[in-house]
Amino acid sequence: MRFRPLGVFAVFYLAFLYAPILLLPIFAFNDGTVIAFPLRGFTFGWFAQLGEIPALHSATLNSLIIASSTAVLSTCLGLFAARAATRYRFPLKGGIMGFIMLPLVLPEVIVAISLLVVLMQLGLNTSVFTIILGHTLLCMPFAIAILQGSFSGLDQSLEEAAMDLGETRSGAFRLVILPLVVPGIIASLLICFIISLDEFIIAFFLSGNEPTLPVYLWGLMRFPAQLPVVMALGTVLVGLSIVLLLVANWFRKRGLRKAGQEDTGGFL
Amino acid sequence: MSGPLISLRDVNKYYGEYHALRGITAEIGAGEFFSLLGPSGCGKTTLLRAIAGFEDISGGTITLSGKDMKGVPPNKRPTNMVFQSYAIFPHLSVEQNVGFGLRKSGMSPSEKTKAIGAALEMVGLGQYGKRAAHALSGGQRQRVALARALILKPKVLLLDEPLSALDRKMREDMQVELMKLQREVGITFILVTHDQEEALVMSDRIAVMFEGEIAQLADPEVLYRKPATKRVADFIGVMNFLPARAGDGLEVAGLGRVDMEGVYCPQGDVSGACSVGLRPETLSLLYDGETARARETEGVIDEVVYYGDMTYYDVRLEGLEEPVRLSMRNMVGRDVMTVGQTARVAWDPRAMVVFPG
Repeated sequence: MRFRPLGVFAVFYLAFLYAPILLLPIFAFNDGTVIAFPLRGFTFGWFAQLGEIPALHSATLNSLIIASSTAVLSTCLGLFAARAATRYRFPLKGGIMGFIMLPLVLPEVIVAISLLVVLMQLGLNTSVFTIILGHTLLCMPFAIAILQGSFSGLDQSLEEAAMDLGETRSGAFRLVILPLVVPGIIASLLICFIISLDEFIIAFFLSGNEPTLPVYLWGLMRFPAQLPVVMALGTVLVGLSIVLLLVANWFRKRGLRKAGQEDTGGFL
Repeated sequence: MSGPLISLRDVNKYYGEYHALRGITAEIGAGEFFSLLGPSGCGKTTLLRAIAGFEDISGGTITLSGKDMKGVPPNKRPTNMVFQSYAIFPHLSVEQNVGFGLRKSGMSPSEKTKAIGAALEMVGLGQYGKRAAHALSGGQRQRVALARALILKPKVLLLDEPLSALDRKMREDMQVELMKLQREVGITFILVTHDQEEALVMSDRIAVMFEGEIAQLADPEVLYRKPATKRVADFIGVMNFLPARAGDGLEVAGLGRVDMEGVYCPQGDVSGACSVGLRPETLSLLYDGETARARETEGVIDEVVYYGDMTYYDVRLEGLEEPVRLSMRNMVGRDVMTVGQTARVAWDPRAMVVFPG
């Protein structure tokens, strides 16, 4: 076979991206407390231990509450923004949309510190609630990007046709527009959920004494004996993320198919 | 009720500074097939959307069966629209699409089913009720859009370039079908199109629009034979424009002197420089043994365009920069002439339309 530099590059690229993640499940099933080769044997023990740590359970619960709330909140807000951006013309539209999308490129540490400062000034305590606010800020751009895709694929005449056939403006939205963007809404919910679930920096700054799962994981790292448990937990999280992503993508594709549109690939 | 079904009085529309409709006044009768014809950006779609209620007008009145439509939303107007994109709801079946407008009709489910069946039958889609809308071809979508609009028995059906997405053959079939359908249901159709041929074929009357104004409103034959302005003449079909000078009689370049009597001057008497319009079919080539009924001249054939049933010739006449175009029906015993051949051309002053300038 011919030597292909780009092919080699691709292999290295993928290896760097995914090899570390592959180590996660390997050591999660390894029967030994030291994270090093050679492997010692196969065990489900670390996974079993996950079930016996109350602090882990409360962190998980926090994370689930935060991720669900964030998903709902950012998707609702994103729905308004995406609809406005695709349907209406208003002054400073470009500027306003750019401003909303800004958290996408702002360093998260900066956002986290600023949020913390603001909360302190307002005299609010860090809590699950404040993390939800931070995460919503972070997830909004993703929600908007996904939903904008759904909205912009819609023929503007659809809504007019519904109104022409006797529906009111709200009826047209409910009966025609909403069903067609539902797949986008579901995709947005799932993606925001994943982003929030995995997010560390903002959660770390704003969590106070109510750690989320990633923050709790970070805490565990201080105890070398706990490392295999971290690996096991990491494995579970990676698995969950992949499943959610696949589901989200499936919904997105189904939506496109239903609307009879071409798949142009990618979430964003 | 007598009187026109729709009357437009001094309808104006501004988009900011842009004057999209400039004092449109027209009356459209019940059961009429009326077309708004013009190049893109002439305001024809804006006018249609104003009648449907999707655009507020800046001035003037739109009256429908004697009622002023000001402030009446689209869902309360006795009009229905076939959109350019057809706007078929992709998440619904054909039946659900067609029945969409019946939601608020108060019909029982069995009545609805019957009405939907009848509407689909009318557009020749009787077997397609259960199909998913996005699985339809362009022509089928068009029919669904028609059935969906007609099922509500509107007083006026508005059609926004309904045939522009179809290929030529399909378009010609649909033109005939639309005309038949219109006669059957007896509803007023208002068609927006940029295709002059389509407008000529289908309409009872046509309003030709340029830059937000109606340039001429007439039936197809008048529009074609007696265009009101040079621009209308140029837009509708093909017309040769020959430079001329009017004074004591009309001196036409390439053809010669003509009496002013008998020539048609839509914009009143002309004097000085003017331009004479002649349709290609009013000119003809003379074969051996044939004589002109009115006048004849000689020219050299510059180009031959063969269409099967017709042949178009561009012929250079002495004293004319541009060749004139003429069309001949191809017949047995009449050979197609070739480029470079000298030919006699018959013409008739009565076919002339004279425009100033």
